[in-house]
Amino acid sequence: MTGQGKHPLHRNRLPALLVLLILLSGCSANMPGFMNPQGPVAEAQRHHFWVIIALVMIVVIPVIIQTPLILWRYRYRGHAVYRPKWYMSRWLDIIMWAVPILIVAILGSYIWRQTHELDPYRPIAGDQPPLEIQVVGYDWKWLFIYPDQGIATMGQLVVPVNRPISFELTSATVLQSFFIPALGSQIDVMNRMVTRLHLKADHPGRFEGKNMQYNGEGFHRQRFVTRAVDGDAFDDFVKRTRQLGQPLDQSVYRIIAQKGDNRDVARTLGLDTDDSDAVIRFSTVPDGLFHTIMTGSPIDWSAMTIPPPQQGTTRTSVIGAPSDHDTASSSDHPSSSHERKEAQP
Amino acid sequence: MRDAMSSIFGRLGWDALPFWSMLHDHSAMTIINGIIATGAASMVVIGALAAIVLVTWLGKWKYLWSEWFTSPDHKKIGIMFIVIALVMLARAIIEAVFMRAQQAVGLDGGFLTAEHFGQLFTTHGTIMVFFMAMPFLTGIINYVMPLQIGARDLSFPVLNQVSLGLTAAGAALVMISLVLAPFSIGGWTGYPPFTELSYNPGAGVDYWIWAVTLSTLSSTLTGINFAVTIFKKRAPGMKLFRMPLFTWTALCTAILMIFGMPPLTVATGLLALDRYLDFHMFTTDLGGNMMNYVNLFWAFGHPEVYILILPPFGIFSEVFATFSGKRIYGYKLLVIATMCIAVLSFTVWLHHFFTMGQSAHINAAFGIATMLIGIPTGVKVYDWMLTMYRGRIRLSVPMVYAIGFIMLFVLGGMTGIILATPSVDYQVHNSLFLVAHFHNMLIPGLLFGMLSATNFWFPKAFGFRLEERWGYRAAFCWIIGFMLAFFPLYVLGLMGMPRRSVAYFEPQYLPWMITAGIGALVILCALLCLLIQLWVSIRDRHANNVFAGDPWDGRTLEWAVSAPPPEYNFPVLPEIYSIDAFMTEKDRGQGWQAPDRYEDIDMPANSALGVVVAVTGLAMAFGLVWYMWWLVIGAGLLTLVAVIARGFVRQTTRTISASEVQRTHEHWLEQVRRTTPIKRSHEQSTANHGLPVPPIEGAVQ
Ligand code: HEM
Ligand SMILES: [Cu+2]
Ligand SMILES: [Cu+2]
Repeated sequence: MTGQGKHPLHRNRLPALLVLLILLSGCSANMPGFMNPQGPVAEAQRHHFWVIIALVMIVVIPVIIQTPLILWRYRYRGHAVYRPKWYMSRWLDIIMWAVPILIVAILGSYIWRQTHELDPYRPIAGDQPPLEIQVVGYDWKWLFIYPDQGIATMGQLVVPVNRPISFELTSATVLQSFFIPALGSQIDVMNRMVTRLHLKADHPGRFEGKNMQYNGEGFHRQRFVTRAVDGDAFDDFVKRTRQLGQPLDQSVYRIIAQKGDNRDVARTLGLDTDDSDAVIRFSTVPDGLFHTIMTGSPIDWSAMTIPPPQQGTTRTSVIGAPSDHDTASSSDHPSSSHERKEAQP
Repeated sequence: MRDAMSSIFGRLGWDALPFWSMLHDHSAMTIINGIIATGAASMVVIGALAAIVLVTWLGKWKYLWSEWFTSPDHKKIGIMFIVIALVMLARAIIEAVFMRAQQAVGLDGGFLTAEHFGQLFTTHGTIMVFFMAMPFLTGIINYVMPLQIGARDLSFPVLNQVSLGLTAAGAALVMISLVLAPFSIGGWTGYPPFTELSYNPGAGVDYWIWAVTLSTLSSTLTGINFAVTIFKKRAPGMKLFRMPLFTWTALCTAILMIFGMPPLTVATGLLALDRYLDFHMFTTDLGGNMMNYVNLFWAFGHPEVYILILPPFGIFSEVFATFSGKRIYGYKLLVIATMCIAVLSFTVWLHHFFTMGQSAHINAAFGIATMLIGIPTGVKVYDWMLTMYRGRIRLSVPMVYAIGFIMLFVLGGMTGIILATPSVDYQVHNSLFLVAHFHNMLIPGLLFGMLSATNFWFPKAFGFRLEERWGYRAAFCWIIGFMLAFFPLYVLGLMGMPRRSVAYFEPQYLPWMITAGIGALVILCALLCLLIQLWVSIRDRHANNVFAGDPWDGRTLEWAVSAPPPEYNFPVLPEIYSIDAFMTEKDRGQGWQAPDRYEDIDMPANSALGVVVAVTGLAMAFGLVWYMWWLVIGAGLLTLVAVIARGFVRQTTRTISASEVQRTHEHWLEQVRRTTPIKRSHEQSTANHGLPVPPIEGAVQ
């Protein structure tokens, strides 16, 4: 076989691409994740995604279209001009550098703005005050603490629709990444550090939640359901949790801290384990639990929030008396940079 | 008794054997995984035994020892690097197919345990980067670069042997971990605190640490060797701006290796201190901070991806120019673009962890810095297109890989820009979108580059062409298989599927996963085609011989000598007057000439240091993994003794007499004279014996 421009390279490349694009746009209607956004952050992210693609396509399309054309036109047995010593054209050089530079300049200013606007540390505006939720990552499950309500859950994160949510997150074990694709950004959680995240749900519904950072055998089971409900239903959920839940006391905490997923916790606590998405409710939580976990100090089990404080009550933080060693290590730890209270504009 | 055993074997026990758990736990899952692991282990053992028996039976030990293992010849060392790379490539692809098979049936389960899957992605990633990609490109540069600059060898041939020894030791360690399991499950990145003793006490992480450490040491030394060679050993007249583009990318890669590898050596070293001596560099308590590891790792990791991609850029530059029969477009700007990429690659590492909670200023700055790299990269792509423009394009096998590269790589570049946008990265980070992206760079970029280079330079190294029919089949299987296996992962990533998931629970993922699985099978076919191609080529080697040395009408110096080249490369060092030195010679009708006079040539003498370092390095690493301290100390002392002893060796060179050089060269010239020159249209036929018809300005030949 002689080397000629006969190979069907370009013939099977472009259609494949088109099929992909069609499938992408066609399926996005029932795709889980941010292609089907349920909150302002995910919606903006989807928008950025397509803007970036559109801009970069200006550079990509010429390559995809012209490479096969050049291959055909200048094939070995063709009759087009042949200039073996031609190696430079000032005009082409200028265009070749200028177009990408221009596109990167546009992209750059776009990114600068969008990165600040969508900074996960930046509170989301809304008519209602944000709901505070504290998230703790364990091997292989999440604990959601509602400090203002004095309750906690596992397996399900229940949030009110149209009210901004302000997360504070940490890990009781290794690095993990907390993520609700349909609502917006993921954020890493690390032991001895607090990270922040702000999200909002626009529509009621059930969305997948996951851990994105591999942390061992049960990693793929570290999932939860996010349920966005309207305000009344949320109040109802709080009330029922206080009634039905069990207190998160020392023995329960020991179970949570063991390796295992939500179902393992439910089983050990003697709850129904048929439904893997079932919610595990805790009616009361020790005061400042989140911060004691974060700093690694011993938890003060006597300081349970009984009776639960009303909404908006100020929170006391670390109550348990940390040992000298812990105070030292947490104060000189560089994690303070992670505790940015507000995003800089 | 127990004490005696443990002082000899450390913590190595029967439970390290891959079938051990099967004997105690008879659940279906354990049995299936035990059988797979045992099968893999026996492949290693049988493969090693078969190799030993074969060599003994053929009586080739002496030949191997004196002609290969102790040879300081850069060409032989390069080939040995590539052999390691090919063996490891086969293993890593088989592992990838297992992962794809698992995920294709992984809705709610599958057949692999989570632990087994964790080892698979960790070994696959570690092998592909450190024991496939690095040895492959190191081997190619080793072989080609000295020939391209008109040198007889690298500046430090024995150091080159040591580099090979260290890489071989690392690769062997990863192979041994199949037999005496387990390997790490911490991913190729090995992020602490997950890889700290408190979360992963077993031997797995230690295997990973020492394998990677051996590899990074090897690459640092290689980088120094390459850079010094390029700066110091160029033939007279070979100014920097007359060097072939491949040599330029080799130089940039070498510089990146020198500055990019040590951060990882330091990171794994500190992690080892944590694990062995109870330091608290990256632990959660006592002031440790894992973020320091993450920064160190990516201070290596990002330059590393350019170490992997720049040599292929150089290879494709040569391939586009040669098979378009035309000078490379925009040589100077291409060099500048390459340098820009190399420098910028040190300024973007943070884009690997936008989600760690730093401020938006920082994220935005690093996002924009990342996009800046896109500019010179985009320019290079256009330069390659303009190299084909107004050329006479022969779609040979290396060229098919190059075309596949250029069209797929721009898509990977686009998804790279998407990942560099912090606001979007918050969605697709750690998802299969990322996996699709980096495979989109690594397979069309790195791997196609290596395969293209193999098809391109194989005739130079072995004196016969690689068979083309199976070559085309392999190339098309690679291209189609890649698209089938990785485009679906983009969609899965957009649907939020995390990487490294052994199983999943969303039925929407399934069709995409099955498609990806089919793609993996096509890739397996590609691997098979490559093997058949090699077999058929060796079978037909006499018909396809290209002893005259210039089968593709080449442009650069390596084509000016016989195929395979003599040990000393050039009977007399050539003088260079322009870029594309050999093409210029041919244009002036000055190729294939006898020099006025011959001189004695001093070449480096054989040395066993590389083999010693391979053995002691492996022994030390193995001892460290299993806590066999006597082995560590013994092997360490032996290394020291060997290095010092090397200092006393006085006979470091070997002289090849002028008459022998003359005889060899004249024999070759005689053969060249007897060879019929061919036109390019017969390039792929048995008429091609490595001599092109003399070029006529502007004519198509
Ligand atoms: C030849 C076809 C290949 C296939 C089918 C393949 C498949 C895979 C799969 C299934 C994974 C795991 C994805 C996950 O995390 O869920 C993976 C990970 C990875 N692959 Fe490949 N791969 C291939 C080639 C390569 C090449 C050529 C390289 C590099 C030169 C490479 C480097 C990696 C790396 C670094 C990882 C990440 C490992 C980790 O998560 O720690 N792969 N690959
Ligand atoms: Cu941190
Ligand atoms: Cu990078």
